[in-house]
Amino acid sequence: MADPSSGSGFRWSAWNLLLLIPLLMLVTPWFNTRNPVLWGMPFFYWSQFLWVPVGVVCVAIVYVRTKGGGVPLPDADPRVDDLDEGAHR
Amino acid sequence: MIRWTELIVFAVLFLLVTVLGFLAARWQKGGDLNHLDEWGLGGRKFGAWITWFLVGGDLYTAYTFVAVPALMFGAGALGFYALPYTVVLYPIVFLPVLRLWSVSRVHGYVTPADFVRGRYGSSLLAFIVAVTGIVATMPYIALQLVGLESVLRTMGLNGSGIAGHLPLLIAFVILALYTYQSGLRAPALIAFVKDILIYLVIIVAVIYLPAKFGGWSAIFGAAEQKMATPNPTTGAPTGSIFLTANNQLQYITLALGSALALFLYPHSLTGVLASRGRDVLKRNMIALPAYSFLLGLLALLGFVAIAAGSTPITNAATGRPDTNTIIPVLFGDQFSSWFAGIAFAAVGIGALVPAAIMSIAAANLWTRNIYKEYLHRGATPHQEARQAKLASLIVKFGAVAFVLFVDPQFSIDLQLIGGVIILQTLPAVAIALYTRWLHRWALVAGWVVGMAYGMYLLYLIPNPAAAKSHFGGSALTLDKLTVFGWHPFAGSTVQIYVGFVALVVNLVIAVVVSVVLRAMKVGQGTDETSGADYHADEGSERLRPVADVAVH
Repeated sequence: MADPSSGSGFRWSAWNLLLLIPLLMLVTPWFNTRNPVLWGMPFFYWSQFLWVPVGVVCVAIVYVRTKGGGVPLPDADPRVDDLDEGAHR
Repeated sequence: MIRWTELIVFAVLFLLVTVLGFLAARWQKGGDLNHLDEWGLGGRKFGAWITWFLVGGDLYTAYTFVAVPALMFGAGALGFYALPYTVVLYPIVFLPVLRLWSVSRVHGYVTPADFVRGRYGSSLLAFIVAVTGIVATMPYIALQLVGLESVLRTMGLNGSGIAGHLPLLIAFVILALYTYQSGLRAPALIAFVKDILIYLVIIVAVIYLPAKFGGWSAIFGAAEQKMATPNPTTGAPTGSIFLTANNQLQYITLALGSALALFLYPHSLTGVLASRGRDVLKRNMIALPAYSFLLGLLALLGFVAIAAGSTPITNAATGRPDTNTIIPVLFGDQFSSWFAGIAFAAVGIGALVPAAIMSIAAANLWTRNIYKEYLHRGATPHQEARQAKLASLIVKFGAVAFVLFVDPQFSIDLQLIGGVIILQTLPAVAIALYTRWLHRWALVAGWVVGMAYGMYLLYLIPNPAAAKSHFGGSALTLDKLTVFGWHPFAGSTVQIYVGFVALVVNLVIAVVVSVVLRAMKVGQGTDETSGADYHADEGSERLRPVADVAVH
């Protein structure tokens, strides 16, 4: 998998798993009901609004926790121009 | 009857953004506007605020603001898919978009097809991605015009024939001129006005209107009653304020499929690539859901329109009631004239911003991946920029021609198809950001099959309410799902989003063909990117200078 020539440069942080939590919103049977009603609004509608902050918090945590992971790197390959388009054409 | 107060307020605000559009050429001026990095990507240096307004103005278009409530008005709960769609969107694209930004800055890519070309060394695959992008974007631009025109017609400029389209044509000529001159800076600057107006209007609407119609419980009651009334043509209830056993899967796959598709559209990526760095993008992924909240509230206005007893205007050009006028009608009936004028301007200007960005994105694709690749290989950056400016004019007038000579319903159908076809570029663009395991020829094969199958399934979908037997929507009844005449779900009435089905087929083909081609050791092409390119941030020495004039 980690074939260096594949050039994926994959980096992993367990914090990224938090990004999966908002996807739970796609399980519609959980909230496709009328009750409890809030300010006259069925649960189906108002509960989905609550997922907006859930999504924001998850992304924000990942942002804060993985900060600095992608800072400018010392260029490992000084001959970067050799990788440029045209060089291999 | 012309509504003069609304029209004057609209005209004043329209004039304001026109001035801004022309002044934008001088705003944040860095380099020469005769370079694609400057004209087509605003100098690649937009900070967090500008990016927020630009991407927000780009993703949440006038058409969205008009069509989502119209869908709620017509079909009920299904229209609310817009909320889960824009909630799951950002967590999904958060990481891939950062990788795409980095690799594009290192190699000077302007379009997603540029990336595909560099990643796979395949100009055919890049061509396919570029053409898919252009074809998917064109009807989207046309729809912005439909949104703008619905407002103009509500204000009383509802003539028939070509004369009825004249106000639209004038608005668009002005837009085309300042986009030509200022490039991406024009929509970026106008987006500030657009978003402030939209926020103002929606907040006033969701506070003022529900109270006026007896609160949310009365509004949901009216909606439920209307949905239960049988449709005179089909005899079935028109919709439901809850999801039914049949449309639940459609709701889920439509939300997910739309989220996967959005950042594959070239205009979304234009906003991304115009930003200054990874941190700007990350902060935007956190702040952009503010618009999702707004969209959810706006969707509910479709139900408010039911409670208010609003009726859609009959389009004088087609002679049929146009549900897309429902929100403008609601605003026009319920607000005082001057505030209705502001609301109409919000929708109208809301059409100009995305239309400008989309035409720039399509022009970039044309220039970089078709003109430069096939017609004029040695094009200088100066020639590229001139070509893109011209292409942006052609794209816009193509969209106008669409609205003038074709039934608006056709644009809506095409946009539906657009979502299905842009999804077929997901393996070549998004998956390629992580791995090159999928073989380039397998990606071509997956695209061809996914595209053909998607079109075939769309063809099979009827819409009895609109008396159409084909291309009647994007909800496929599983009963109709066929694999060479075999119906795996015969008898099922459950519906699913066609784009999702086509994408799954595309991926299966791409994987199977990759296994075969890898076993046969077919050449994989050259990858000009390297692992560290996907993490380079602003300030890195790896980045290619903006508006680099070196011919590459």
